[in-house]
Amino acid sequence: MPLIAGVMAAGLAPASAQNLSIGLKSEATSMDPQFHQLSTNIQVSKNIFEALTTQDALQMVTPGLAESWEAVDDTTWRFKLRQGVKFHDGSDFTARDVIYSFCRVPLVENSPSAYTIFTGGIADMAAEDDHTLTITTTATNPLLPVDLWSLAILSANALGADDQVTYGPDGTCEGMGDVPQAPAFNDPAVAVGTGPYILDRYNRGSEVVVTRFDGYWGGTPQWEQVTMRPITSDGPRVAALLAGDVDMIESPPIQDIPRIEQDGFTIVDALSNRVIYLHMLQQEDAPGIGGTDGENPLMDARVRQAISMSINREAITERIMGGYAQAAGELLPPPMFGTSERPVEAYDPERARELLAEAGYPDGFSITLGTPNDRYINDEQVAQAVAQMLAQIGISVSVDASTASQFFSRRNALEFPVYLAGWGASSGDMSSPLKSLVATYDETLGMGPTNAGRYSNPEMDELLMTAMATIDDEARDQMLQDAQTMVLDDYGIIPLHYEQTVWAMKPDLTYEPRVDQYTLAAEVKSAAE
Amino acid sequence: MIVYLVRRVGQSLLAVMAMAVLVFIGVFFIGNPVDVLVSPEASQAQIAATVERLGLDRPLYEQFGIFVWNALQGDLGTSFVYGRPALEIILDRLPATMELALVALALSVGIGIPLGVWAGLRPDSIAGRTIMGGSILGFSLPNFWQGMLLILVFAVLLGWLPAGGRGETTEFLGMQVSFLTWDGLSHLILPAINLALFKMSLIIRLARANTREVCMQDYVKFARAKGLSPRRVVLVHVLKNIMIPVVTIIGLELGSMVAFAIVTETVFAWPGMGKLLIDSINLLDRPVIVAYLMLTVLIIVGINLLVDVIYSLLDPRIRLSEMKG
Repeated sequence: MPLIAGVMAAGLAPASAQNLSIGLKSEATSMDPQFHQLSTNIQVSKNIFEALTTQDALQMVTPGLAESWEAVDDTTWRFKLRQGVKFHDGSDFTARDVIYSFCRVPLVENSPSAYTIFTGGIADMAAEDDHTLTITTTATNPLLPVDLWSLAILSANALGADDQVTYGPDGTCEGMGDVPQAPAFNDPAVAVGTGPYILDRYNRGSEVVVTRFDGYWGGTPQWEQVTMRPITSDGPRVAALLAGDVDMIESPPIQDIPRIEQDGFTIVDALSNRVIYLHMLQQEDAPGIGGTDGENPLMDARVRQAISMSINREAITERIMGGYAQAAGELLPPPMFGTSERPVEAYDPERARELLAEAGYPDGFSITLGTPNDRYINDEQVAQAVAQMLAQIGISVSVDASTASQFFSRRNALEFPVYLAGWGASSGDMSSPLKSLVATYDETLGMGPTNAGRYSNPEMDELLMTAMATIDDEARDQMLQDAQTMVLDDYGIIPLHYEQTVWAMKPDLTYEPRVDQYTLAAEVKSAAE
Repeated sequence: MIVYLVRRVGQSLLAVMAMAVLVFIGVFFIGNPVDVLVSPEASQAQIAATVERLGLDRPLYEQFGIFVWNALQGDLGTSFVYGRPALEIILDRLPATMELALVALALSVGIGIPLGVWAGLRPDSIAGRTIMGGSILGFSLPNFWQGMLLILVFAVLLGWLPAGGRGETTEFLGMQVSFLTWDGLSHLILPAINLALFKMSLIIRLARANTREVCMQDYVKFARAKGLSPRRVVLVHVLKNIMIPVVTIIGLELGSMVAFAIVTETVFAWPGMGKLLIDSINLLDRPVIVAYLMLTVLIIVGINLLVDVIYSLLDPRIRLSEMKG
């Protein structure tokens, strides 16, 4: 740890021993932890509210407000709740709070992205006693403990519930009282959780301030007070760190990192669960392709393989990502759940040209590559590099870059024959990218919602469905590995690289970087300890 | 005067209506909010439910009709992102922007007019040339670049002032303001200077040109010949006569400062309306974008009306009833 040298050399005032100030790149839209399922909101609310389970920095599920759990049968789970946990207002945490919290999810109004995706599959909940809870699901859901991390536990008392709360699916609970809506959570008397910090104030656009909760069951939290400030522009966020306004920032721009390090700040980074990939439209009728007499060359697996082989992933991660990325061979970085240590595709433009000729396109063709230009790290530059690499094997690519909001709308309308995008697996599990990106698009089953390449492989679909209904972790792991291998052997989707998430902070702080890219203030520690 | 006012208000309403149509159609075409709002993990059915709840499945004319109908009743829609009335969210941010704009205006007028008059009275002096040279810089350097440079020098290198944010606020006349505490004031200085620089340059150049013109006028020559002190000639005869174009510009610029302090607010992370607009555009929060632009039109139209009234007070020869809007 270059701690003392850093402080001396740069003449930095050490962060106040009691207070911590963090510059975030986006703002939480509400203090209600059940309002908007968005990482920006989640990372702030995790300081105030907890859930039955937690995920560590590598997204492994660990006990939270539930001490332990077991699957009784395929659809029934029993949870032992932690004893002696207090809410911020001093009341005790019991099973009633859990039932109330899950019950409230469907009752939240105007949610931009509702948490019902986690509660929709819960058929029943019953408290055997104050600290034992059974949850029954409508279908087998091996990911229930993972999902539970997303469901914050609120205080039934603070929100005005009756003494007896009875669960019913889809908002049919009883004993809920008058349910407070999201704006009410700006009031610290309503935003009562069991987390290490208490909400002090939420000034929209300006800051969220939380203070230490002395009665926290997990020991005394490190900071007296934590201020989280949204500074959405990259330059000003870096300036705020350099000027000492904040002690730590998330996502400094890659090109500024050498400057920040030179000034004596600590940089931590970690591989994220976000893979950047190319998806190709695999249906007869595809726009934006020229020189093929109206045929879609992407239907041929050899063409897709040629595209994959023509990309020099190492060059992209080194030169464009400045080393803050890692070439990807899979849809999730190993050793996460369901990965198989598949090697990265070797760069072989010779073989790629041969494959194109075998497929009947010796002179290549022309194609449009869609990409966002403000969503992923250096996204447009990566797309431009891919375009140049494809030009080497005779595929002439025109890059169509647009702002994220435009890009996603156009992508979902299947306007791009090839597009670059990213996927962060919030569950930390291979079923997430497989289900969303490559499972056959099916509205009734809810499969493949982000499969804008319309890749379809019924055999893979079946295996994935089986895996998603298998409780046994070992068997599920193997099935997910096999399912992914099918897709990648087929070149149904082309992984490019895993993004790395970067944090910059004063040298007297440490932060264990998280694969889910969250900045959790409660996990920031003083380096002295 | 009454007739004139009624006519002006009528014109303003037309402008507001035209704006409503343009804004609504424009926003409709910049992308589908649901693609940005909904969690990527959501299934097709959940996406469809959100589309329906937000009314995005209806045709454009129907959405517009609903918007106009609600707007007539004072409801500019509910923010997709915050789930609260769009107008309420914007008005929450208004005091921060107003404070910034007013301080910037005071700076640009308080410094710009004296410098401009000075440069106009002594156009060939070193001071006069320096002022004009400086004003060219204020004009031509991009706003965000000036802002970053201010941060770099005063916050990062010298460490005198904070790099951004609003700092401590106190209640004043029912609004949260920051100029009453040192912490708040220190946060206000850099963004206010950044916002003022361009306007200040504009006012300097305008004041200089007009001063030179007015100095050639017979009444100034006469005043001098009469033996009035130079001080009185400048303060009464020159200053009063250059104020008419200057007030016009100040009026227009105040409107644009309130409505479009976007760059400054973004660079300094100032929690005002401009930053809200940028965030809302990124999240495609249509109701907030539309409400913001509608409010902006109202503010600019209102300020222009006020400027016309101030004209008549400054120059008795101007009669409002004779002016063609």
